[in-house]
Amino acid sequence: MANYSTNEFKSGLKVMLDNEPCSIVENEYVKPGKGQAFNRVKLRNLRNGRVLEKTFKSGDSLEGADVMEVDMEYLYTDGEFWHFMATDGSFEQHGASQEAVGDTVKWLKEQDVYTVILFNGAVLTVAPPNFVELEVVETDPGVKGDTANGGSKPATLSTGAVVKVPLFINIGEVLKIDTRSGEYVGRA
Amino acid sequence: MPDTRWQPSCDRAALAARSAFYRTIREFFYARDVLEVDTPLLGNAPVSDPNIEPMQTREGRWLHTSPEYAMKRLLCAGSGDIWQLCKVFRAGEAGRRHNPEFSMLEWYRVSWSLDRLMDEVRDLVRALFQTRWAELPEVRMSYASALKQFAGIDVHKASDDDIAAVGISVAGQDLQLGRDGWLDIIMSHRVEPALSEETLVFIYDFPASQAALAKVSCDADGNPVAERFELFFNGTELANGYHELTDAEEQRRRFEKEADGRPLDEQLLSAIEQGLPECSGVAMGVDRLLMHLLQAEHISDVLSFDWPRA
Repeated sequence: MANYSTNEFKSGLKVMLDNEPCSIVENEYVKPGKGQAFNRVKLRNLRNGRVLEKTFKSGDSLEGADVMEVDMEYLYTDGEFWHFMATDGSFEQHGASQEAVGDTVKWLKEQDVYTVILFNGAVLTVAPPNFVELEVVETDPGVKGDTANGGSKPATLSTGAVVKVPLFINIGEVLKIDTRSGEYVGRA
Repeated sequence: MPDTRWQPSCDRAALAARSAFYRTIREFFYARDVLEVDTPLLGNAPVSDPNIEPMQTREGRWLHTSPEYAMKRLLCAGSGDIWQLCKVFRAGEAGRRHNPEFSMLEWYRVSWSLDRLMDEVRDLVRALFQTRWAELPEVRMSYASALKQFAGIDVHKASDDDIAAVGISVAGQDLQLGRDGWLDIIMSHRVEPALSEETLVFIYDFPASQAALAKVSCDADGNPVAERFELFFNGTELANGYHELTDAEEQRRRFEKEADGRPLDEQLLSAIEQGLPECSGVAMGVDRLLMHLLQAEHISDVLSFDWPRA
């Protein structure tokens, strides 16, 4: 991979820092009136999402990271890997480890499309769309007529995720869930 | 899509604010009987400061990075108090608050102390900021007290290792810097952001190792300090003032120490040998001042055409 100098650091650039793939979030050039120039850089570790701040001497460089963001359809899991296929017509397939899938496992539904980050050709992370539609497989019986606010109960969805839903929801209904908050949005 | 790169990078209000600024500056100095001067942008010798990268023309001339050397030659020739508003050029300085070509206001006051010059800087900035800040408080603190208060460092006692340790923790990695490099990191990362907001903060008595072209003397506690000040406002550095070094031999020593292969400005050295009057001088970044007045996020917002569009 190419090396990038601090003056090429732009938001979104993928670089290697301490052997970890990172994405540049912010790059600020700092130059004391008398003294050498620095760049204060915010980077997001693409593996764990953590944002860190590092200062570099202006002109220092980092190696680029071989990172690609690809839309992929979830196919199936064999228990060890979760398999995805590119939606660009290439039929390219990748298996994601449990570590790479992380919390997204509870939103994985076959044929839905996810954002997969590939690092050196392997799956680094899998991000769900903001909203998914999943079927309720287990919950207490619905309370008829209770459509007012206030009451809620847990419901288990087809993926195993448990979300709080209003009392009137029944098994078999398909719900729209916001994956960012893990909250029920409405009936699909 | 039509090509829009011909368009200015700032709006008309910013053009008007700059025009009003220039008028205020001119009136300020005319009222105080300071002579406006105009020195060449293209000189025979480059700046000696190794941290500033000058641009060179094909003819071998150097675009000035500040009008300091030529203005000092005027002072040596007996000009008396002088001021200049001009464009200066520094290769590679580009960022949210930097444009490689920018506007600098620089002036010199013969026989003035640094304190008196700080008063004048304060008065000018207040005049320029009048439309946004009717009253701007002012604070003056020594470099040592600022480092003590905001970074817990006793700059006169701390060892190089002590300072490096703080610097490394602040930078997030070891940048292999010298003492002054780490002090710059601590100053810009810890001290500047902690200074009072909406206040003109003058920091004075810099470490002697950061004297540049300022006199070195002893502070009240007998520590050697550079007779310099910097003005900070809302997290940015706006001005840099010196009680100017008038000792020609010392000047040559400092030039030779830092030149690192660059030719020395012999005309300046000859002038100082002839005699630079006791004086204090200050340089101020006009674009930065405008950014504050207009609350601009990026220096492009106050430039007619920024570097990519120029």
